[in-house]
Amino acid sequence: MAGFLLRRIAMTIPVMLVVAIVVFLLLHLSPGDPAAIIAGDNATTADVEMIRVSLGLDKPLLTQFALWIGALLQGDFGVSVFNKVSVWTLIVQRMEPTLALAGVTMSFAVSIAIPVGVLAAWKAGTWIDHLAMGIAVLAFSAPVFLIGYGLVYEFARVWRLLPVQGYTPFSQDFTGFWQHLVLPAITLGLVFAALLARMTRSTMLDVLNEDYIRTARAKGLAPRAVLIRHALKNAAVPIVTTIGLGVALLIGGVVVTESVFAIPGIGRLTIEAVTQRDYPVIQGVILIASFVYVLINLAIDVAYAFLDPRIRY
Amino acid sequence: MTHGLRASTGFGRRVLFACAVLAGLLQPAAAAEKTLRAVVHADLKVIDPTWTTIYITNRYGYLVYDTLFAYDSKFQAKPQMVDTWTVSPDNLTYTFTLRPGLVFHDGQKVTSADCVASLKRWMAKVSAGQVLAKFVGSLDIVDKDTFKLVLKEPFALVIDTLGSPLTAFMMPERIASKPVNEQITESVGSGPFRMVKEEWRPGNKVVFARHTGYVPRKEPADYLSGGKIAKLDRVEWLYIPDANTTLSALMAGEIDYFEAPPLDFIRLLKDNPDLTVLNIDNLGVQGLIRPNSLNPPFNNFKARQALFYLIDQPEFMQAVAGDDSLYMQFCGAYFLCHSANETEIGAVRKPDYAKAAAMLKEGGYAGEKLVVLMPTDRPQYAAATTVLIAALRKAGVAVDIQSADWSTISVRRARKDPVDKGGWNLFITTQGGPDTANPITNGWFNSRCEAANNGWACDPELEALVGKWMREADAGKRHTMIDAIQARAYESVPYVPFGQFFQPIAFRKNVTGVLETAVPVYWNIDKK
Repeated sequence: MAGFLLRRIAMTIPVMLVVAIVVFLLLHLSPGDPAAIIAGDNATTADVEMIRVSLGLDKPLLTQFALWIGALLQGDFGVSVFNKVSVWTLIVQRMEPTLALAGVTMSFAVSIAIPVGVLAAWKAGTWIDHLAMGIAVLAFSAPVFLIGYGLVYEFARVWRLLPVQGYTPFSQDFTGFWQHLVLPAITLGLVFAALLARMTRSTMLDVLNEDYIRTARAKGLAPRAVLIRHALKNAAVPIVTTIGLGVALLIGGVVVTESVFAIPGIGRLTIEAVTQRDYPVIQGVILIASFVYVLINLAIDVAYAFLDPRIRY
Repeated sequence: MTHGLRASTGFGRRVLFACAVLAGLLQPAAAAEKTLRAVVHADLKVIDPTWTTIYITNRYGYLVYDTLFAYDSKFQAKPQMVDTWTVSPDNLTYTFTLRPGLVFHDGQKVTSADCVASLKRWMAKVSAGQVLAKFVGSLDIVDKDTFKLVLKEPFALVIDTLGSPLTAFMMPERIASKPVNEQITESVGSGPFRMVKEEWRPGNKVVFARHTGYVPRKEPADYLSGGKIAKLDRVEWLYIPDANTTLSALMAGEIDYFEAPPLDFIRLLKDNPDLTVLNIDNLGVQGLIRPNSLNPPFNNFKARQALFYLIDQPEFMQAVAGDDSLYMQFCGAYFLCHSANETEIGAVRKPDYAKAAAMLKEGGYAGEKLVVLMPTDRPQYAAATTVLIAALRKAGVAVDIQSADWSTISVRRARKDPVDKGGWNLFITTQGGPDTANPITNGWFNSRCEAANNGWACDPELEALVGKWMREADAGKRHTMIDAIQARAYESVPYVPFGQFFQPIAFRKNVTGVLETAVPVYWNIDKK
């Protein structure tokens, strides 16, 4: 296992390098110019050119890439071309809200989806199954922004139970932290919960038709023991894979959810950086995100070994 | 002994605690900190007001920095940091003395050396300052509170230029004297609020705290002039990109002030009894079509003139503003209606597509596709561009619509290439406030060819008229000269105004003292 872990971690280096090259080229070869945005709408061509020179954007692409990679190898992600704040600082500032949102969303989704999926499989073909899967289809199909605005209208505007927007750090106010995350987590989590519930149901149905389940039932085991100990444990590998893939889905969904609920997270940072062509910030965020993906995949692979004794690395 | 001491300490503690509680009960409650939570129109990204023409940075400048002069509600420049000033009989030497008590946020006293360095930076970088710089022979320190500006030739608008919203913000000399091509990243001004930089979260929140050392002028606040009294302890600028979320937050009382609500929200906001909707800028915003003077057919003035006959202002304004209480039915003034330089000379009131077609043909248009740039992520610009495209088609013009996000458009419109090599023919933009109302600070009116804004309007005759205007000392004569300037502009067409609309702000009823200024400012505002 240790060898496997080391090999996988070592593999992240070429992956990161490829990501760095692709991201850099994509950004610099696509149209757009941060200098024009910094200068503002009423600036003259000369003003824009002066800013471009001061940012080093007039240098050949290869030189710019060499400078960026050189700094990156020393752990320097660069500074935002707009506010001159270090990219690492910006990412760290935005990391907590995104991690908190993703964590709460994931917990919410998993705690709802797995029991619902198991129940739907157990009661397959009954009204419980139809109702659960009907709601899942609805939740999966509804756009995130529609769910978000609907929840804000009901719970924040009409009933005034929860705040409309913003984020309060855990360290600052425990109650405020949860109050600010409830609506975004439901908004973002519903889609994922729906996906996971459907996945759990279908996997469980396959497992419940296996011979060993029939044997377990024939032995007179309690339904709960059959479901949890025998069926769910054996269905866990595809479910864990879906949870892992769901993280990617969450990161995509975070962009919209953070905008609707004005949460200052990585999603909003990315969108703003892209629209403004803040190259160092985009490059930094994508590199970190890629690294996180690699780590998540690694964690999933490790989880397989624990869930299924037949899997060995 | 030890036991006795312990007992005595315990008793003493209890007595002290009781006294503290009693004192707490008897003392008047400490006044709660007053914080205004305002959602502003854009994220503050650049904190160097000489570095960019972005409006949000100018608004930041008015919070953090103070100015030598400032406009009052009649657009007269009034002294702000300046106590007294004199002008020599030959109108060439201006001597300024600073008022006492001016201090920067770092506690240092404001001196004439700071002002001279700040003015030099402004004259090198900002368009209004660059105009003044052409006339300046020298700018020297006389003593720690006095400095002297000596002109090479008379310039009637020295004080007006210093007071215009594109004004020079006074910074400490050590900051202002940095190379002009180096962006300032420190925030040290002498204005009524200071930026709390450690709480700055780019893309989310900017925090300003009252500058306790600020000494306001005695006169009441009037537009951007007068006493800047900071009644709030803190101002928090929040950047919420989603307007629906901001609207909900304002209605729920989570925020106090919405600086630029989308115009289609205005009726909804007006109907809410908890909110006040106020138009703080009587001059409003001018929409304009910018032709590219380098590329045919708009390198011919006849073709540019034809554009006037495509304009149905109410139609454009309906697309941009919607609610007819938010725009003027017609304004033909280059320097805005309601301004001191308003005139109708040359204005074309009604569209005439047949005439436009004929003039375009006369101007060399031969049926080729004209490239119109459309920024898809700027709803007002996109809406107006749609109306323009329909009008062009009515006049028989073939249109090549180039839709892209703003960042891409901003690069494309800076290209001087021919249309078939990535150039362009037309785009739409807006400008507003007192800067637009003046031929020397109206950026898109500048017709200095290569030195003009994108589109490179080029008319030496128009520039000569503006030159005469700015040298004329008599305000009455200057006013009549505006007619000639506008008449010439309707011939050479640096741009085509397509209407004037207003952008109200909205705030909760417990917010009072909002000043009617073109630049939203936060002094004089109180929150109950």
